[in-house]
Amino acid sequence: MSVITSASGTEWEIVSGLEVHCELATATKIFCSCANQFGEEPNTNVCPVCLGLPGSLPVLNEKAVEYALRVGEAFHFTVPAQSVFHRKNYFYPDMPKNFQTTQYDEPICEHGWLEVDGVRLGITRAHLEEDTGKSMHMGGAGGRIHGASHSLIDYNRAGVPLLEIVSEPDIRSSEQAAAYVDELRSTLKAIGVSDVKMEEGSLRVDANVSVRRIGDTGFGTRCEIKNLNSLKSLRDAMDHEAARQIEILEDGGEIRQETRLWNENEGHTASMRSKEEAYDYRYFPEPDLVPVQPTDELRAHVRATMPELPAARRTRLMAELSISEQDARTLLSTDGLADFAEAAVVLGAPPRDAALWTTQDVSAHLNVLGGGATVEGLDPGLLVETLQLVSDGLVSRNQGKEVFAAALAGEGRPAQIVADRGLAQVSDSGALGAVVDEVFAANSAAVQEWRDGDDKVRKKKRGFLMGEAMKALKGQGNPQLLNQLIDERLAD
Amino acid sequence: MNSSAFDIAADVRAGRVSARDVVEQHLATIADREADVHAFNLVMADVARRQADAVDGDVAAGHDPGPLAGVPLALKDNLCTRGVDTTCSSRILQGWKPPYDATVVTRLRDAGAVAIGKTNLDEFAMGSSTENSAFGATRNPRDLSRVPGGSSGGSAAAVAAGFAPLALGSDTGGSIRQPAALCGVVGMKPTYGTVSRYGLIAFASSLDQIGPFATNVRDAALLLETMWGHDPLDSTSIASPLPTLVQGLDDGVRGLRVGIVEELTDVEGIDPEVRAAVSSAARALEDAGASVDRVSVPSTMYGLDAYYLIAPAEASSNLARYDGVRYGLREEGTDIGTMNANTRDRGFGAEVKRRIMLGTYALSAGYYDAYYGQAQRVRTLIVRDFAAAYERFDVLLSPTSPTIAFEAGSKTADPLAMYLSDVCTIPTNLAGHCAISVPFGSDSVHNMPIGVQILGRELADALIFRVARALEVNRGA
Ligand SMILES: [Zn+2]
Repeated sequence: MSVITSASGTEWEIVSGLEVHCELATATKIFCSCANQFGEEPNTNVCPVCLGLPGSLPVLNEKAVEYALRVGEAFHFTVPAQSVFHRKNYFYPDMPKNFQTTQYDEPICEHGWLEVDGVRLGITRAHLEEDTGKSMHMGGAGGRIHGASHSLIDYNRAGVPLLEIVSEPDIRSSEQAAAYVDELRSTLKAIGVSDVKMEEGSLRVDANVSVRRIGDTGFGTRCEIKNLNSLKSLRDAMDHEAARQIEILEDGGEIRQETRLWNENEGHTASMRSKEEAYDYRYFPEPDLVPVQPTDELRAHVRATMPELPAARRTRLMAELSISEQDARTLLSTDGLADFAEAAVVLGAPPRDAALWTTQDVSAHLNVLGGGATVEGLDPGLLVETLQLVSDGLVSRNQGKEVFAAALAGEGRPAQIVADRGLAQVSDSGALGAVVDEVFAANSAAVQEWRDGDDKVRKKKRGFLMGEAMKALKGQGNPQLLNQLIDERLAD
Repeated sequence: MNSSAFDIAADVRAGRVSARDVVEQHLATIADREADVHAFNLVMADVARRQADAVDGDVAAGHDPGPLAGVPLALKDNLCTRGVDTTCSSRILQGWKPPYDATVVTRLRDAGAVAIGKTNLDEFAMGSSTENSAFGATRNPRDLSRVPGGSSGGSAAAVAAGFAPLALGSDTGGSIRQPAALCGVVGMKPTYGTVSRYGLIAFASSLDQIGPFATNVRDAALLLETMWGHDPLDSTSIASPLPTLVQGLDDGVRGLRVGIVEELTDVEGIDPEVRAAVSSAARALEDAGASVDRVSVPSTMYGLDAYYLIAPAEASSNLARYDGVRYGLREEGTDIGTMNANTRDRGFGAEVKRRIMLGTYALSAGYYDAYYGQAQRVRTLIVRDFAAAYERFDVLLSPTSPTIAFEAGSKTADPLAMYLSDVCTIPTNLAGHCAISVPFGSDSVHNMPIGVQILGRELADALIFRVARALEVNRGA
């Protein structure tokens, strides 16, 4: 429960449902065999079907169905025996046929949910549809249509498979909305159906936002906010929109149901079209496609090939590696990080150390490399060997960090690095004993002061002797052994 | 000149006749009469000559060019032909050259057929007289003052005039069978899903089906047999193997049960001579060993009403893509919406606009259930009533069209009168079944041909061909 207190002191809450458009990462488009590829030369991944040329007909990509079923499995959806494509009719130059082939009252996934911080958020449906092309407006200011002399259209994106995932109005704050999208995103990525890049538009979020006074149970009039291309803009836009609506309502006004566009630069939403201007889409069943009836074999295949989902894996990592939820999230936030830690454990590393060193030191290594650095190719054996050196007392923990970083950077195996850098901790009691003897001989006055002194003096003098011994060993003495030997000499 | 497609192919394959000579003969006939008939939007003389030469080259090299070797074929101008103008007889598509061939075009060329031209039609196949063409009306070769029927009037006229022994049409509500009947040739609508629609420019997708025209039943069967079968590019295409059509064509009708559909034979405004022709066709079948009875298929009475909601609804969506943005006509405007509107206003003819508006209305919020939804329920009833009839009968019999070919211009001012021309053919499209029109006699006053229709259930295509063949053999008078 997240309370917004207005200037007048009234307490409000947000009521929101999200529509998430996710581009499916199939090799080809949803109704033709053109490559589904981002960032190509304009109008190179096109054919009669995705250009909607007269006489062309769609054929459904079975992979898109399989991916939708994976989503169904991941978010506890019901996948009905049959789903149906409809035509959504409206004129839009980016849309080659001037209708969008989409699913309407019989979607492929129904009634799902996901959990965010222990709260279950309902997902009404997920349905398959085709993406549109993209317009570029030329000759005007800032690529806007206003003032442009002409427009160019790139149809490479036309026909890219989309899954629209529509939540219930269960979301009560902008933070919860962001957490919902984050959970959705990491799960969609983990099940391999999308690369979920909000910046590139492969994951697009529209937020329906209304507000109500705390304690009210009805729903207020909502506005749909578009153009949200990061989790930050989602949070900012929702908070801003809620504040706008609260102000109107507290001034005795009414909210107009409309679509509003988030302006990232200016930090506000602006009206795009009102409900009265909304299209009559004249939906009717797409006669060029047959109903989608996933076979039992396909359903079984999807179930058998589902990976462990992020939520389940988080819980398991917390238990098996004895780490906090935050650490588990960090392990899962970067591709391959959790795999690295788990592989190190399999190879014999202590679980908690493996996890923490991975979150800290492997992440640090990737940060140093920057940009496109990935965990892929890093050898978990390096961590196992480093931790072994530390637990054997050959290097201190801090030295171990240095060794591991060097090993990740490709300088060699950890033991070799220890040798090359002369880092090996001296743990030979004979050698350490000789050093202690020298220190005691050279500092007999301090030894005498220890013998005569009270606890305070003793503590100080003992620390001094330890420091001298460590100095003589260039810091590489095994501190435990050294302490033990000094105590023995003093007790003599 | 009046050789059948079968004979031409046999002669060309055997090297007795060259495909080039066959094409030249037909081009000469076209040169002779096309100015009067106007069957074609485009005569593909050079393309046809090159294709014929290639066929002759194959024969000379000892390769079999296929079952339609050297047979000239006229293509309705709503079938996509790569690099060749495909207009749907609409100004909005004038000058558009598809970058690909329709599946049927590819299959027939691979079988040796020689595409000789693109035939005229009612704009986007909307009409029953081939008068709704942006490029001028087609006339009936049997009487130039009369219409050839429509919408595949150009294809029917081309075959009737001897311009080509074979032609392709598309049939959404009777657009093959009705012009076949009016021009005195054979025309057939196959079961929905048997012939690929890939490359057929859509009018009403759930009803459209490509089918053959020929001078005789055997040629029509050969043409369909050569082009049908599953196409992975058409999701509604039937995947299971289809029967042969030519083999068994002469097996006769002994023991078959034939039902005369009352609602389609006693239809209002029917020409008594047409009704008489159906009766004599029934007798001919009885004489050949079939049993004949009358049968009621009640919901077919509502077929026309349902059709004029479903077909325009689908058309309103299918024709939305003609907006001036990507291809075809563009009429400039101050913004995109105005450009779209100007283009469509100038590019579409009156009948097309009428149906787009009708269909848009039928799908509108608040009206969908009363119009489109109700029409779909009627469609279900028609399927059910036909199923009941087919429990008692193997095939059904009716007129193809209530009248003989009418005078040009006589119905252009009265759309409803024009629509009635398809009353007997529409139920088959709504049910997704097959039906064939075969010439059976002429009217005594004008000596214009009369066609009778044999209807079959889903995938009864081979059976209705057999019955049509029996009528052809026994038409005598
Ligand atoms: Zn494509």
